[in-house]
Amino acid sequence: MRKHLLIMAAAIAAAAVFALGLQAKKPSKAPLFEPYFSYPATDTARPDSAGFIRRWLLLDPIEKPNRSNTVFTDSYLREAFRTEYFPGQFTAWPVSGQTVRAGKQKLAWHGLDSSLFNVKLFRFATLQELPHYGVLFWAVTAIDCEEDIPDVRMAVGSNSASMWWLDGEEVLLLSGDRRMVQDDAVSRRLTLRKGRNIVRGAIINGPGMSDFCLRFIDEQGRPVTNFTVSIL
Amino acid sequence: MKYTKILRAAALLALAAPAAALARTEGEPYIHDPSTIALCDGRYYTFGTGGGGLISEDGYSWHGGAERPGRGAAPDVLKIGDRYLVAYSATGGGLGGSHRGAVLTMWTESLDPASPRFGFSEPVEVAYSEDGDDCDAIDPGLLLDPATGRLWLCYGTYFGFIRLVELDPATGARVEGNEPLDIAIDCEATDLIYRDGWYYLLGTHGTCCDGPNSTYNIVVGRSRNVTGPYLDNMGRDMLAGGGKMVLAAGHRCTGAGHFGRYVEEDGVEKMSCHFEADFDRGGRSVLEVLPLLWRNDWPVAGEPFREGVYEIESERRGYALELAVDFVRMDAPRHRFWEPVTEPIVPLTDQTLADVAAGWPAGNIDVRIGDYMFRPHQKWSIEAVPGSGGYLGAPYYKIVIEGTDRALAATEGRELTTVEHFTGAPEQLWRIEQLTDGTYRIMPKEVPGCDEPLVLVSVADSTPSLGRFDFGSDNSKWNFRQR
Repeated sequence: MRKHLLIMAAAIAAAAVFALGLQAKKPSKAPLFEPYFSYPATDTARPDSAGFIRRWLLLDPIEKPNRSNTVFTDSYLREAFRTEYFPGQFTAWPVSGQTVRAGKQKLAWHGLDSSLFNVKLFRFATLQELPHYGVLFWAVTAIDCEEDIPDVRMAVGSNSASMWWLDGEEVLLLSGDRRMVQDDAVSRRLTLRKGRNIVRGAIINGPGMSDFCLRFIDEQGRPVTNFTVSIL
Repeated sequence: MKYTKILRAAALLALAAPAAALARTEGEPYIHDPSTIALCDGRYYTFGTGGGGLISEDGYSWHGGAERPGRGAAPDVLKIGDRYLVAYSATGGGLGGSHRGAVLTMWTESLDPASPRFGFSEPVEVAYSEDGDDCDAIDPGLLLDPATGRLWLCYGTYFGFIRLVELDPATGARVEGNEPLDIAIDCEATDLIYRDGWYYLLGTHGTCCDGPNSTYNIVVGRSRNVTGPYLDNMGRDMLAGGGKMVLAAGHRCTGAGHFGRYVEEDGVEKMSCHFEADFDRGGRSVLEVLPLLWRNDWPVAGEPFREGVYEIESERRGYALELAVDFVRMDAPRHRFWEPVTEPIVPLTDQTLADVAAGWPAGNIDVRIGDYMFRPHQKWSIEAVPGSGGYLGAPYYKIVIEGTDRALAATEGRELTTVEHFTGAPEQLWRIEQLTDGTYRIMPKEVPGCDEPLVLVSVADSTPSLGRFDFGSDNSKWNFRQR
């Protein structure tokens, strides 16, 4: 009996410790990304007033050594971005906290809200004390529409080069040694379909700052905001 | 001997080149004292001294066939409502003859002689001059004031004053009791235009009717009131001989005179006139159509587009239109900035097409906009395409990467590409027009699957596309640079 009590007490204590550990885990990580990111407090988000999408699932950086950004020609990027670094890279819907293996690296997905219109990938890496130069970032989010939104363009600025897909189709490549500029490049006209639209992006960087901004614009260049954003 | 022949051939080529490089009209654009160009049922018309006039289907190829009764000199034409008001002058004899003259007006519902609506009303005299007057009542110019709806007529020559009278826009007759007002002196072939609260009086100075030696040139003064005073950029009254230059001789043409303004749409304006001698057409008097620019609220003639190799620079960001191909780096010796230069300076050579073209894919290649680095994928050769027609004042052009046949083309979906070989298809033909601010719009002749007129736009700093022309947006504007 006493033995059972001891076992039960130990189990309760272990559960409590585990529970405390889980509870403690989030508070201890939450400040990690401040002031550049926060954890989402809601299930869905709206683009900001200028249309920029701030809610993203970001994968810890994949090491991709490059001493210079001048190597980012179209050919190099197509090779680099079409390489599969981790399973389900182009198809799987990640969950925040999930880990994947890319070569020898174990990388985690983080569901975050960017405090700024531009998603500071460099800070995302440095705040975790992860490699931040010579890296490849992946970003994923979902656009949920109540109806088709035709004739819009995906507008991206990225530092450095990047490639973007909508529902698995490549829609945009920003090549060269890029600086992050609002509406630097846009896709051809496309339709955001009623329901869920998955946006995936790969951003590569050698030395220096790394970030991106993304929004959708209409034929007149005005931001499109009549949809919600989710990472669930 | 052989060397001399080569030199002669080269000289002939050099003479021939400018005509092709600066084409503005083709056909038989022979006219003197042309009226303002008018559009009627999709065709362009202008009338000259002597009774006839020119017609053009597209604004580039001109031929005779327009009809105007009354003969006389230097008509003007203005569309008011559904009718055309034509003013012309019955001259008394010119510089050395009598200065009795009269200006008459008449109406027609169509300018097309084949139309059932064609037919001029009985002319009505609206102004005259006697031998004792300091005025020659010829060379009329019409203005329907958009600010007030009032109709004005200016007329006169070097022989005294340029005068202004008011006409009734319903009848074309002189407003009863209206007295002529002197608004300028010592010029002729005047025209009035209105823009943004300013009235502009354009006149012609210099010597008329002297072929290659004619010094005719077009000048302007402006006023806040239609009645003047019309002052030039130095504040000098046109009643004292003032006038700011709009167009003088150039491009192997002399004797610019008889200004007319044609507004295509906001930001796209043309001016018409004659050159009294086109050297490339044997010194004949020809219709000229040029872009009309506005600088500091002053009109000035733009330049005809010159064929050549250009950077096509976006007004939006200043980046250059380019093929979406790999950027090929150039090797060059590296030097420490702080160390003295001891070795001889050896200029770098430009990257050439041969250095890079092998790496370009076959088939269509997309275009984008990027930092200008004077590289082969950014150099566009622009040439007129004979036999492909044109638009008001210019032919259609092909735009190809220099040294190749790879041509810019509009595509289905209102986008752009380059095709490996230029075929002359309408989506590969481009309309290039200088805008009133000096920048350019670039418009495909046709967009596959689209009836809407579209222009080349910078839809993002680095992305070109096709979209509606908007003069208020730098997205619609481009520059052609040679650097």
